[in-house]
Amino acid sequence: MVLVSSRIDDPRVSPDHAADAAVVLDGVAVALGGRTIWQHANLSIAHGGLVGLIGPNGTGKTTLLRVLLGQVRPSAGTVIILGGSARRGNPRIGYVPQRKTLEEDLALRGFDLVLLGLVGHRWGFGRASADDRSRVVEALAAVGAESYADQPVGILSGGEQQRLLIAQALLTNPQLLLLDEPLASLDLRSQHEIVHLVDSLRRERNMAVLFVAHDLNPLLEVLDGLIYIMDGQPVAGTLDEVLQSDLLSQLYDTQVHLHQTTDGHRFVVGA
Amino acid sequence: MFFQTNNRIIGPSWDLVADFHQVFQYDFMTNAFIAGTVVAILAGVVGYFVVLRRLAFASEALSHGGFAGATGAVVLGQDVFLGLLVFTSITGGFMGFLGDRIRGRDVAIGGTLAFSLALGSLFLTISTRFAGQAVNILFGNVLAISSSDLIFVAVFAVLALVMVGAMYRPLLFSSVDAEIADARGVPVRFLSVAFMVLLAVTVSASVQVVGVLLIFALLILPAAAAQHITAQPSHAIALAVVLSVAYVWIGLLVGFYLPYPPSFFITAFAFITFVAVRGLLTGVAGGRRARRS
Repeated sequence: MVLVSSRIDDPRVSPDHAADAAVVLDGVAVALGGRTIWQHANLSIAHGGLVGLIGPNGTGKTTLLRVLLGQVRPSAGTVIILGGSARRGNPRIGYVPQRKTLEEDLALRGFDLVLLGLVGHRWGFGRASADDRSRVVEALAAVGAESYADQPVGILSGGEQQRLLIAQALLTNPQLLLLDEPLASLDLRSQHEIVHLVDSLRRERNMAVLFVAHDLNPLLEVLDGLIYIMDGQPVAGTLDEVLQSDLLSQLYDTQVHLHQTTDGHRFVVGA
Repeated sequence: MFFQTNNRIIGPSWDLVADFHQVFQYDFMTNAFIAGTVVAILAGVVGYFVVLRRLAFASEALSHGGFAGATGAVVLGQDVFLGLLVFTSITGGFMGFLGDRIRGRDVAIGGTLAFSLALGSLFLTISTRFAGQAVNILFGNVLAISSSDLIFVAVFAVLALVMVGAMYRPLLFSSVDAEIADARGVPVRFLSVAFMVLLAVTVSASVQVVGVLLIFALLILPAAAAQHITAQPSHAIALAVVLSVAYVWIGLLVGFYLPYPPSFFITAFAFITFVAVRGLLTGVAGGRRARRS
């Protein structure tokens, strides 16, 4: 099964094709303040696909997420997400933005933080309904965060906070999960745990995931494909296509080597 | 002042019924208690979000900016509360429009703050009629609240509380994480402006009780102490309200029997509680943090 594809030859996107992919970008370009960030984006992400998004800082990775979230309107091309157009506040998209950690003295329990993902956009106030609360408990269980859900989030570790934010993003049962560098500032064990959590969640829920990462190594076992942004163009490829020393070296503008262990594990090393 | 001219009041009898009867036989004390309570409730609720949104310094600047508005109103022969309201709403609305970009702009905020105070001192010089007003605006004079002021403050406080209730959940969401809230369709920019206008109303009302310089006592300290004690938003808000109402009541009662201004006692109780809570709980939280890492 091809879970990610780049169609440089720009075929028209048929409704059939749009229906069987979570994300389809067709000739999409983005300009911010008159400057083109990237253009000619022709790619798709299949339902349930786990795709990494890589590229040096400032190439427009977060901008790509913002296009999918409907926060940035493309200057050209068509975006089809889960069979519809991109729009703000789409509950079928879960999002965990890039950040270091939550502020240490943030007076909010994990439970309250997650609950906001469900009720935070509703006007007014009121106690969460029993149904809402049980959905929060479910989401907390799905990410294994029950044990610290009553603690103030500020004192939790980076990995624990990431789990809570993923739980928050899962509440609306999204079919597409966007994670912006969730592994940054996590220790090795937490990185490993988050990657495998995301992998099992997308399998259980047939949820497509776009995973922005700087360090590819923790992700290589679980990725279906990669999108990289080079020379102002987002390009999708399979792992075998993208994991080439010369391609990665060109992408990051520094010498990058690819190593393979005897048992088949690959890892990427910067010179 | 009242205390020096009335020799009958020496101290509390510690017979609560008799004491309360004594306190509330004066209209100005009744007015002060009602105004103080209304303002304390509003300040407790709004203060919770001020602390959460890290706008403590911005709200301080807003209240100092109010000094120019209040003295300007005196020059023009207008109501002080009205002058405060107009001036702080305009500055607050602008700060809200800047939104997240206001964070870390200490120098710009401080500069605006200094200029507003300077403007206020200019207005005071122009208006020689009400020189005594300056002290009231700076440090508050809750005992001088008239019945018409009281109605004005109460109406705005109720409106502000209704506003908080109407936007409670999206406001909480955008205060905790503006980025995620925005992605979920919450109108973050609108809430930012609306909240600053709300803060302007709160500051204007609080100035009647504690003055522009002591605004921290009602707005920040109870909410900050509450957030140290509980991490549950509804509990923290309730606790902030209880604390600020308690400070105002104790401050007014002590001020009634002692020849010193209530705003001093309100601020002193708020500060002592905050320091005690912080001191006690930082030790506990530190231990908890140490165990987790």
